[in-house]
Amino acid sequence: MRYKNRGNRASKEGFSEGLNELGKRYGDVVSLGADITSSVGMDAFAKDFPQRFISLGIAEQNCVGAAAGLALSGKVPVFSTYGVFAGIRTTDQVRISLCYNDVHVIIGGAHAGVSVGPDGATHQALEDMAVMRVMPNMTVLSPCDATQAKLATIAAYEQCKGPVYVRFGRAPFPDFSEPEEKFEVGKAQLLREGKDVSIIATGHLVWEALLAADMLQEKNIDARVINMHTIKPIDREAIGKAAKETGAIVTAEEHQVHGGLGSAVAEVVVQNQPVPMAIIGMPDRFGESGQPEELMRRYGLTAEAIVDKAIGLLGG
Amino acid sequence: MITKVENIPELKSISKQIRRDVLESITRAGSGHTGGSLGLADVMTALYFSVLNHDPKNPDYNDRDRLILSIGHVAPVLYAALARLGYFPVEELKTLRQLDSRLQGHPGRDHGLPGLELSAGSLGQGLSVAVGMALAAKMDKKSHRVFSIHGDGELQEGSIWEAAMSAGHHKLDNLIAIVDRNEVQIDGKTEEVMGLEPLADKWRSFRWEVFGCDGHDFRDLLTTLQQAKDFKGKPSLVLARTRMGKGVRSIENNHLWHGKAPTSGQLVEFVKELERSDEV
Repeated sequence: MRYKNRGNRASKEGFSEGLNELGKRYGDVVSLGADITSSVGMDAFAKDFPQRFISLGIAEQNCVGAAAGLALSGKVPVFSTYGVFAGIRTTDQVRISLCYNDVHVIIGGAHAGVSVGPDGATHQALEDMAVMRVMPNMTVLSPCDATQAKLATIAAYEQCKGPVYVRFGRAPFPDFSEPEEKFEVGKAQLLREGKDVSIIATGHLVWEALLAADMLQEKNIDARVINMHTIKPIDREAIGKAAKETGAIVTAEEHQVHGGLGSAVAEVVVQNQPVPMAIIGMPDRFGESGQPEELMRRYGLTAEAIVDKAIGLLGG
Repeated sequence: MITKVENIPELKSISKQIRRDVLESITRAGSGHTGGSLGLADVMTALYFSVLNHDPKNPDYNDRDRLILSIGHVAPVLYAALARLGYFPVEELKTLRQLDSRLQGHPGRDHGLPGLELSAGSLGQGLSVAVGMALAAKMDKKSHRVFSIHGDGELQEGSIWEAAMSAGHHKLDNLIAIVDRNEVQIDGKTEEVMGLEPLADKWRSFRWEVFGCDGHDFRDLLTTLQQAKDFKGKPSLVLARTRMGKGVRSIENNHLWHGKAPTSGQLVEFVKELERSDEV
């Protein structure tokens, strides 16, 4: 494999670094805390830029509305808390105050997926991409590791004009993406060429997709691996090309099978180049307590599951 | 910058014109919120014609006072005020709620109406946005004020109290929230649907300074709004006592007129009543 794991890191560390970098580069960046600032990686910004950090307490709806007001006054607010609160509890505020007003606000959706682990179902964001993705004007980013989470956070400021949702996780997973690789919003990354099947993954499932491709190679199946770090706007071109050139697509995400990456890819596939697809994700149920790796195994969010689905699609 | 109107008879005549605009535009649209729009006409007139610093020729200038209309459903009274101030042609009021109109049923900035600060209409959100604007002004050491207008029924939304708590905590004395206290909402009297009292005490306990005034008495309105504007150390809440449908006696305080448009026959009657109402 071309990529090496430089060591496991939580993608929230990348968000934290990206936010601090934005603070250094741009005076109009402000951040809004909803109590759990250290847990979501905003404490460094709060310490380094105290004048630009605003504590609003455990009141997420107000955080989103205040972010809209700050943005309408020329600031670029970054508001972060767990994804279940940041985007789902606040859905109406996101819809009207942010999206309808089309203001440049960055929402950090922390604690994505079941890999949140022992905290259990209430705190595992598995529906956030589905909810955020249907909002007009919203951009949804889902970086593959800590290194890319930093780039995505910076890109959310530099490349976007409206509301942006950046998704990241709590548990440490392989940090493998190349820091010098350009992060282009809306442009999927082709990590591995292949002609028999395409694996389109997002978040830390991209690493599992790379492992799966190696395992498939041993069975003489040549798998393409695409890192879909932007869920909206989705890269239609990369999906169309994958469908056309490989004839089968497996998607993998740490999110419900309904409404997330798999759905977004399927929407493009069925309207352009219908090919067999398999969608890997949470099977329409809530998560539970456990260690991240145990949960990934229990719900089939692993390289092995990707291999099985790929072989199944190819009629094996 | 507008020349502020301080002459009471002149303000009365402006608000009468605005009420007439409200009735005509809602009748033509065939739908809309007549009662609340009429009830707010005096507050809106006082704010836009006498209290706020703003410039219809330069709607986006940075140091203008902001006015957030959290209750987007009374958009017709906002549109009428903006049109009469010269933000856009009065003629355009006729397009209210029509396809391609800049005058959306609830205000939408995406349609490009000059002078509109916020797309709003989902109750309970405007105060948070106003808090954000007031925080930004403090951060940038600007002296302009942020005003927001709320319905009393709207205060039943929990998000209002999140915003209220944050404004008190951050001592946002550049924020003045005005509550249109007409004591009526769609299902009936606020105190029967979901009691709000003791309302002033609620805001005080959230660390706000509370003012009360007659929302149809310009002298009282101007004095109170000025006091609220000058108050230091805390955000200000103005409880403006109003009557839904004010100006058209036959529909005043009738909650059935919350979201109903007059027929063209009723319009003629209502305008006559409006002309007769010299105590406005």
